[in-house]
Amino acid sequence: MNAARNQARDGEPRTGEAVPAGGRPVDGERAVLEAPDINRALTRIAHEILERAKGPDDLLLLGIPTRGALLARRLADRIEQVEGRPVACGSLDVTMYRDDLRLRPARALGRTDLPEDGVDGRIVVLVDDVLYSGRTVRAALDALNDLGRPTAVRLAVLVDRGHRELPIRADHVGKNLPTSRSETVRVCLAEIDQRDAVLLRGGQR
Amino acid sequence: MRHLLSTADLSRDDALLILDTAEQLSQVSGRSIKKLPTLRGRTVVNLFFEDSTRTRISFEAAAKRLSADVINFSAKGSSVSKGESLKDTALTLQAMGADAVVVRHGASGAPHRLANWVDGSVVNAGDGTHEHPTQALLDAFTMRRRLGDLEGRRVSIVGDVLHSRVARSNVHLLTTLGAEVTLVAPPTLLPVAMGEWPCEVSYDFDAVLPKSDVVMMLRVQHERMNASYFPSAREYSRRYGLDPERLGRMPDGAIVMHPGPMNRGMEIAAEVADSGRSTIVEQVTNGVTVRMAVLYLLLSGSEPAIGGNQ
Repeated sequence: MNAARNQARDGEPRTGEAVPAGGRPVDGERAVLEAPDINRALTRIAHEILERAKGPDDLLLLGIPTRGALLARRLADRIEQVEGRPVACGSLDVTMYRDDLRLRPARALGRTDLPEDGVDGRIVVLVDDVLYSGRTVRAALDALNDLGRPTAVRLAVLVDRGHRELPIRADHVGKNLPTSRSETVRVCLAEIDQRDAVLLRGGQR
Repeated sequence: MRHLLSTADLSRDDALLILDTAEQLSQVSGRSIKKLPTLRGRTVVNLFFEDSTRTRISFEAAAKRLSADVINFSAKGSSVSKGESLKDTALTLQAMGADAVVVRHGASGAPHRLANWVDGSVVNAGDGTHEHPTQALLDAFTMRRRLGDLEGRRVSIVGDVLHSRVARSNVHLLTTLGAEVTLVAPPTLLPVAMGEWPCEVSYDFDAVLPKSDVVMMLRVQHERMNASYFPSAREYSRRYGLDPERLGRMPDGAIVMHPGPMNRGMEIAAEVADSGRSTIVEQVTNGVTVRMAVLYLLLSGSEPAIGGNQ
């Protein structure tokens, strides 16, 4: 049940509250990224974001709850270490903008945290754990549209597992993970799952 | 299909889900575009058989902020004044494809009846002297914002309990959320059968006052009074009215609430209503947010996330 809630499968419910999934692999799961891999990927993405934006001043990292928000916080901490200045960071819940609301029972909302001066004129970097169908990102773009007018919007994800259903691509990718649709990808983060890992399960390979 | 007819139907989890959802939705009112696309294409009918300003406007604003289409229906100027029955009105709404019916009616239990006749969700916006669940939810939301968790908080509800649907809804909801409720009223303004209500009862406002984290004043509902329940307005006001002197004897940090509309000078003094401890204006703002949460949870998914069985 917990595992199912964390999958970034197509239209899988994104629960507002962190589900304590536990970092231990369940039957048939294998780790494709371990803690040091995730660390290195995030450090690289942090540098890429900085380089692309030419400094941290206009940047705003917006994570999509639950795990995207945690990753955005980590990226912001790394950028601060490199630059010696804090970078704006928040979270953006996209539940109200999803296109699959009517297919499932109503769900709880996640947290939205924006800086006081909003998103206008900022370079917004959306951060999520897994990029799959692209529908979550579409919802995030719609949500941003209602919040203001950023200078640019970019997308950073820890894992890109393919199978896009919309013309969306990520600017910064931790790892490209070729998967089949029957497989599930689960991202565990130490803040809520006791350990860092990306776990892959199932499929007929 | 599920409905919101009574706070007694709400489990603790349901109630907390509504309050947490409202907490997130409260940010929407601070944005430049105060609208979410979530209920696009859904129709909400406001069916008001009794007069109301804030509740009807509040529900209308809530539905519109979620992009639902709103149809307002008030008994005055409709076929109800030609003698159409509630059932025929319901069937008309059913035929128009209402996804939700927000109903206020002078008869206790009317929303329950309505729930059997329409396919959409029914939200009780006040039925006679029975219940007014969204008012209780917005009261709880306001308390939680001012005081934090409601567990163990002491809430005194003072005044015309007999005619108050707000009091009944609050007693059930606040008890579910862990607060201790005391009803304070003259014996004539308390319901006869209160044996099963999960609350204390007192006739002495001054004794309860120093032990209250929240004092909720109720309106004296003259329009429902067909007999004299107290000797004079002045005497009522002296024994059960909240004046500045009584406000001074409340604990530090305690708040004053009133569901509105107020009889200033009767149950609440004007200075008290306008003081910093009063949450009366906040309650109206929070009403929109809480009603958005209720409509979202009832209507957005393939099945509602809250509410009792009909």
